[in-house]
Amino acid sequence: MSAALFEFLTRMGDNTLVLGHRVSEWCGIAPVLEEDIALANTALDLIGQTTLWLSLAGEVEGKGRDADALAFHRDVWDFRNLLITEQPNGDFGQTMMRQFLFDCWHVLYLDALRNSSDARIAAIAEKSLKEVTYHFERSAETVIGLGDGTEESHRRMQAALNRLWPFVGEMFDSDAVDQEMIAQGIAPDPQALRPAFDAKLTDVMAKATLAIPGDDFSHAGGRNGARHTEHLGHMLTQMQWLQRAYPDATW
Amino acid sequence: MVKPRPTIETIWGWLADVPDPEIPVISLVDLGIIRDVCWQDDDLVVTVTPTYSGCPATRIINLDIETALHKRGIASLRLERQLSPAWTTDWLSDAGRQKLEAYGIAPPQPAGGPKQCPRCQSPDVERISQFGSTPCKAQWRCTSCLEPFDYFKCI
Ligand SMILES: [Zn+2]
Repeated sequence: MSAALFEFLTRMGDNTLVLGHRVSEWCGIAPVLEEDIALANTALDLIGQTTLWLSLAGEVEGKGRDADALAFHRDVWDFRNLLITEQPNGDFGQTMMRQFLFDCWHVLYLDALRNSSDARIAAIAEKSLKEVTYHFERSAETVIGLGDGTEESHRRMQAALNRLWPFVGEMFDSDAVDQEMIAQGIAPDPQALRPAFDAKLTDVMAKATLAIPGDDFSHAGGRNGARHTEHLGHMLTQMQWLQRAYPDATW
Repeated sequence: MVKPRPTIETIWGWLADVPDPEIPVISLVDLGIIRDVCWQDDDLVVTVTPTYSGCPATRIINLDIETALHKRGIASLRLERQLSPAWTTDWLSDAGRQKLEAYGIAPPQPAGGPKQCPRCQSPDVERISQFGSTPCKAQWRCTSCLEPFDYFKCI
């Protein structure tokens, strides 16, 4: 098996798993019923995509681990998600800003993956992109509505953007795994997607009357597992509780 | 004695009687998720594509296909999942679209919103939410009769 391919697939699957779980934390407590349903459906799409990515990761690895084993039987240091996906929900505005920033990247990345030299990856990307395009429309619209809303909603959305901005740069980092994926025609160069991301971002933030922070400092350590933020471990204690207490329990 | 095996057309007919578990007025064939039915030696292979990747009905759909075909005497059945080409609401049959509308769910439109209220046929409708009670639906409201209704999302 290719170690780099397994690494790449866990990055994809862990992004959707961790963000999907985070978004699902809103289920039953969102500000209004329609938003509750929308968030739960978004989470469901992301968890569905996780099953596709992590099943393929397990298959490529060839050690008999399926998507459930990878999701529930790994600890923090084995996770390869972007740091932005593990950040706490905060208020509804912060959740939607996190969703928008992730969707904006996700749409571009999946779109490029449709041309992957690996047909299995191209098929998952094609399927996921339809769902994620829909997520992007909703998160962009919500960010614009709240940013260009009341004084209070504007203040909160600007605070959310400032809080999450240092996690944007990691989406475009590139390392040896990426280089191998690029060389094999499996995945795009993340750096090459930055101009398209900036164009979408600038457009939406202008409509939302929000100021993009000037400081380009960015955290790293999620996608290579070197250093997650403290939040992921706490999240896993919730997400993995049942499988840790009763290993291999089935429904 | 060798029992003649049913033709592919006959099997498509049987599948056309299997209802979608979430919207039982339409069948799995109407929904456009059965992509292929064929015999491979003595195995019947049915290729199914998921509507949404996280749709919880997927497992039930597979179970319903198995149950329906086993009941008709198909002993050796294999279900295969096909992701590409990805499912699109363009594959909904015309009969399926009509059944949806009669049931009170506005069928998908390329314009991205319902053509009319499925109850009073008024074209004056507004969106409540991009999402609804299942992954394939959104919530809309009629501004003439004021009834909320489901719209089958166009993807
Ligand atoms: Zn009406």
